[in-house]
Amino acid sequence: MDAVHLRTLTPSVLTVLVRRGADFAAAEDAVQDALVEALRVWPADPPKDPKGWLITVAWRKFLDAARADAARRRREDRVEEEPPAGPAPAVDDTLQLYFLCAHPSLTPASAVALTLRAVGGLTTRQIAEAYLVPEATMAQRISRAKRTVSGVRLDRPGDVATVLRVLYLVFNEGYSGDVDLAAEAIRLTRQLAAAIDHPEVAGLLALMLLHHARRAARTAPDGSLVPLAEQDRGRWDTRLIAEGVEILQAALARDRLGEFQAQAAVAALHADAPTAAETDWVQIVEWYDELAALTDNPIVRLNRAVAVGEADGPRAGLAALAELDASLPRHTAVAAHLHERDGDLTTAARLYAEAAHKAPNLAERAHLTRQAARLNARLNARS
Amino acid sequence: MAKYLLLKHYRGAPAPVNDVPMDQWSPEEISAHMQYMNDFAARLEKTGEFVDGQALAPEGTWVRYDGEGRPPVTDGPFAETKDLIAGWMIIDVDSYERAVELAGELSAAPGAGGKPIHEWLEVRPFYGVQPTITE
Repeated sequence: MDAVHLRTLTPSVLTVLVRRGADFAAAEDAVQDALVEALRVWPADPPKDPKGWLITVAWRKFLDAARADAARRRREDRVEEEPPAGPAPAVDDTLQLYFLCAHPSLTPASAVALTLRAVGGLTTRQIAEAYLVPEATMAQRISRAKRTVSGVRLDRPGDVATVLRVLYLVFNEGYSGDVDLAAEAIRLTRQLAAAIDHPEVAGLLALMLLHHARRAARTAPDGSLVPLAEQDRGRWDTRLIAEGVEILQAALARDRLGEFQAQAAVAALHADAPTAAETDWVQIVEWYDELAALTDNPIVRLNRAVAVGEADGPRAGLAALAELDASLPRHTAVAAHLHERDGDLTTAARLYAEAAHKAPNLAERAHLTRQAARLNARLNARS
Repeated sequence: MAKYLLLKHYRGAPAPVNDVPMDQWSPEEISAHMQYMNDFAARLEKTGEFVDGQALAPEGTWVRYDGEGRPPVTDGPFAETKDLIAGWMIIDVDSYERAVELAGELSAAPGAGGKPIHEWLEVRPFYGVQPTITE
């Protein structure tokens, strides 16, 4: 029984306590106390039913705390009438916890932190490290979030779309510190997909697997970005790709299309191409059309313009781009790329330098500056 | 030990000796520059002199409170003289001399033609607690 296994038990123990009427914050404290006790007692005396043991001890800790609090006597009377801790139920209780942690009353940052804490079982320090904020800041964020949802009862299903958005936010944070958030997001989404039958949950899981499969090839050893067309496809994880494609196909077969399935379909078409030149851009454009109809998101239309540029030539791509707001993130970088493919190196070099100026991170800035430098070197050699 | 802030500016500092905009370098020269900065930070981590380092985006905005019930003012009448900080490194070193020595090394990061940029860096000491005399 190690800390990682304990982490996987935490959410269902927490859910049991909350369902029995414990306040969310108090239940969380009680579960933490029980975990500390487990780490102390188990090495010498391992329980037969770890989850049942944790529930019993956590419930006792909760009752102790509730009793000690005279101001809460009335609630104590109420919870004591609840049935005592019996054998742990076999069903996965964590589903309700997902909904609670992604509750619409929470800001995205709070929902993400609470999900990692309560559903993922990460420590506050691990979450703080992953988001590069001081531990005290993250502790405050989490306890505020706990207070916000403490009055919410877990008696009706929440909105799956909100949960998926939170998991996708975790996935996109990538990794830093000792926790790989992308892998953690996949673990939590897998768990959710096992507990709930919903094509968009499958769609998100497929999308994450397909993106994650290409991660090793996306950066060079020195940390610089490697564009899709130049990636060493031998470094893609074919096992993850196959799994992602299979999950996606099963989801699409149910004919309840959503934005994550459509995004996963685009990712699958990229993952499927043996070389960049063999990418099925025509089909990708069609998926972007589906996506645009589902979301009307300007970033989707920007991606669509790139795909149009590949499918129908750079002029068509530039025409699609011209209809979009030039202040969109990466708009300038896309314009630079399309102008380069159209043979206008002078404009492309200028736009790459401009895009570098607006880049959201260092790796992207260095990449775009290199693109500008590459074209400027060619232009200087010509003159 | 004393902490110093090494500041790199987008503009406002005197022109560096090897003054060529980055998009006019070769891609290899850009890589070499980035590598130098990373190696520098890694070396200071080894010597126990590194505290923190971050790069900042060039686009910045001046903001000022503009009275009750009014939105904050952004950018003043003198936006063109904005001094933009490109990034910082905080070091914790034994002496002011060491801080200056390290800033000098950082300023020698390679630029166009692989030659040092000789850019100007600002060195600012942190306010700290004075050691007690009676110790």
